Amino acid sequence: MPLEAYLAVSAALFTLGIVCIVSRRNILYVLMGIEMILNASSINFAAFNRFNGDGLAGRMFVVFVIILAAAEAAVALAIVLNVFHLFKSIKPSEVDLLRE
Amino acid sequence: MEFQLSDYNLLLAVPLIPLMGYVVQIFFGKFLPRKGDWLMTLGMFVVMCITIYMFAKAVTAHGGFFHESLAEGGPTFGWLYQSADKEASLNLVAGILYEPLGAALLMVVGVVSFFVHLFSMGYMHGDRRYHIFFANISLFTFAMLGLVLSDNILFLFIFWELMGLMSYLLIGHFSHDPGSHRITHAAAACKKAFLTTRVGDTCLLFGMAIFYYHFETFRFTELWAMAQEAVAANGGEYPAWMTVGGLFLFGGTVGKSAQFPLHIWLPDAMEGPTPVAAMIPAATLGAAGVFLLGRIFPLLSPEVLGVVIAVGAFTALFAATIGCTVNDIKGVLAYSTISQLGFMVAAIGTGGLGLIAGLYHMVTHAFFKACLFLSAGSVIHGCHHEQDMRKMGGLRKKMPITFAAMLICTLAISGMPLFSGFYSKDRILASAFESTFQMFRGANAFAIVGLACAAALTTFYMFRLIFMTFFGEPRDQHIHDHAHESPLPMTVSLLVLAAFGLFGGHVWITGGGWNPHHTWFTHMVSVETLYPGIDLNAMNMIQVSEHNAHLGHSFGLYTSIGVLSLGLFMAVQMYLRGKIDPARVTARLGEVYIAARDKYYIDEVVNATVIKGTMVLAKTQRWVDENIVDGFVLSVGRVSKGAGFLAAWFDKRIVDGLVNLVGALTQSFGSVLRLFQTGRIQQYASFAVAGGLLAAAFLILV
Repeated sequence: MPLEAYLAVSAALFTLGIVCIVSRRNILYVLMGIEMILNASSINFAAFNRFNGDGLAGRMFVVFVIILAAAEAAVALAIVLNVFHLFKSIKPSEVDLLRE
Repeated sequence: MEFQLSDYNLLLAVPLIPLMGYVVQIFFGKFLPRKGDWLMTLGMFVVMCITIYMFAKAVTAHGGFFHESLAEGGPTFGWLYQSADKEASLNLVAGILYEPLGAALLMVVGVVSFFVHLFSMGYMHGDRRYHIFFANISLFTFAMLGLVLSDNILFLFIFWELMGLMSYLLIGHFSHDPGSHRITHAAAACKKAFLTTRVGDTCLLFGMAIFYYHFETFRFTELWAMAQEAVAANGGEYPAWMTVGGLFLFGGTVGKSAQFPLHIWLPDAMEGPTPVAAMIPAATLGAAGVFLLGRIFPLLSPEVLGVVIAVGAFTALFAATIGCTVNDIKGVLAYSTISQLGFMVAAIGTGGLGLIAGLYHMVTHAFFKACLFLSAGSVIHGCHHEQDMRKMGGLRKKMPITFAAMLICTLAISGMPLFSGFYSKDRILASAFESTFQMFRGANAFAIVGLACAAALTTFYMFRLIFMTFFGEPRDQHIHDHAHESPLPMTVSLLVLAAFGLFGGHVWITGGGWNPHHTWFTHMVSVETLYPGIDLNAMNMIQVSEHNAHLGHSFGLYTSIGVLSLGLFMAVQMYLRGKIDPARVTARLGEVYIAARDKYYIDEVVNATVIKGTMVLAKTQRWVDENIVDGFVLSVGRVSKGAGFLAAWFDKRIVDGLVNLVGALTQSFGSVLRLFQTGRIQQYASFAVAGGLLAAAFLILV
């Protein structure tokens, strides 16, 4: 399979992630969207490592991204808990304190 | 005789004693026993003793003494240093000038002042400003004594002005007394005296300035010497500027010595207390003007002297005619004083013998006129402040001492031989004759006629006063019944001054007979002793030949005795024996009499011209001030106000508008931008993505 196929999957996954972040009315879906974007980038790292690179740098970054995503998910879920505690809701449209 | 430092210190004490007395009296007089009059009088007694002692010293010096403190190393007072070098010409050092004339006048002032003080103790008794009166009269005496002793014309001027001020305060003494019915008169009189003499004083100041500009000195001795040089340098003729300056200096005399046309203040000065009347016109203030003429004589050109003669002789005659018509006892004496001052001024104008005669008359006149005024004061005091002679009469028996004193002094002023006035007046007439014989001039010829007529009139009105007051039947029985002789201090003063009036001209009892050519004054004072080292013959004096001098003396003697007899005869016929009815005489004289009675309308003329003119000028200035100056100021204000409105409009609309516009723009821009700031994280993310997509599209496509 050529490189473009991998990149197409990655771009589709990225686009789905973005759409998920921007459009969903539940903050947990936003987190899922973020995971999808991270995975899209992981696919890119792996694909470019497979076709262009020699060595393990791309694959190492993929491992880092997965670890990072796990840490990020833990922190994000804690933030979501606090947001719920504060706003009694996890709708991103109602969390607008940044306007202040 | 040597003149020593101690003598200068004594002379310095002469003016300083009254000055210290004034300071004590003005602050503490009210609290002293008898309100301090004894202190002032005692001080004046000391002053009198010093002046007589110094005078005796001067007489025994046999003429030829002339002492100026600077030359002799006496006390001087540095004043107005303009440069560090104390000898520089601009620096002014005041010193004492003591010479025969000053010695004589100082003695006269000392004696008269003491007796005026003594007299005031009786006359002013019960006055509510008694202590102030004594303070003022003391300071006045200080000024006069200082004036006589000044060795420079600037200090003379300062004392001269001080006397003007003190005469203002003394003449206006009653203007502070709410009980006096003449309060407004006194206020008007003192103001008039002050302002009228101020005209003369301004002239004197100009004259001083002119001479200082050319000679750069105020000292009399230097002025004389420089005048001599200036005349010699100009070929024996006076330069024109000296004539102008001399006329200005003479203006000072015209004001102070009450010469026509500035004589109007003197009759009004009678509003003051009578001792003041004796002091101011008779002994001091009037004499000061004549004394000034004596001091500045070498500075006066023959032209100025012509004016001096004309003014003096005219004043003498003019005032004498008014004196015949006045019914107020002090008023007669006031016009008599003006007339006698005119005699002195005219005499000085004739120069030479006349110069001495005029100063001589100043000395003798001071005694007998002071005595006459004090006698009049005694009469007024005895008649309970009645001054109208028409209500008096027959007071001879009631007031014998006053009568005796007044009669002696009347004989003296009339020029009766053996009395003091004779010696001086005879010489004045003689001088007028001899100067005319030597060099005929209109002014001198006028002086002969005017002075002779004035002398006759003097005798007439003085005896009219005596006859109306002391002789005949009492015209007002009430006043006559209550009339009484004055208390002791007053009568003593009268008798002593009358003795001076008798012997002040010539002490003929001690020897020398009645010969008018060898009197103490002519023995002491001559042209040579007055201005040592100055040759007046080469300057402004007429040299009289022996023949003309002899002729003048004879004519003077016959004329003075002739006019005396004529005046006395007329007075006896009209007022003592009633052979000629005064009413018929006045009716025959008609308009002439009315004009003289109304003082020739001088006051009215002055009111109509000078005072009205001043008022019109003041009103015009007020109009200009109110309408033009104020109008200008107001229009400037209006213009400023309009400009202010414009500026305010510009500020409010344009400047504030710009500032507000900037604010509004910012605000509207902000309110637009606020639309983007929703706080929704998803929206921000979509913006970010859109931005990223746009950037990518830009990079890819362009």
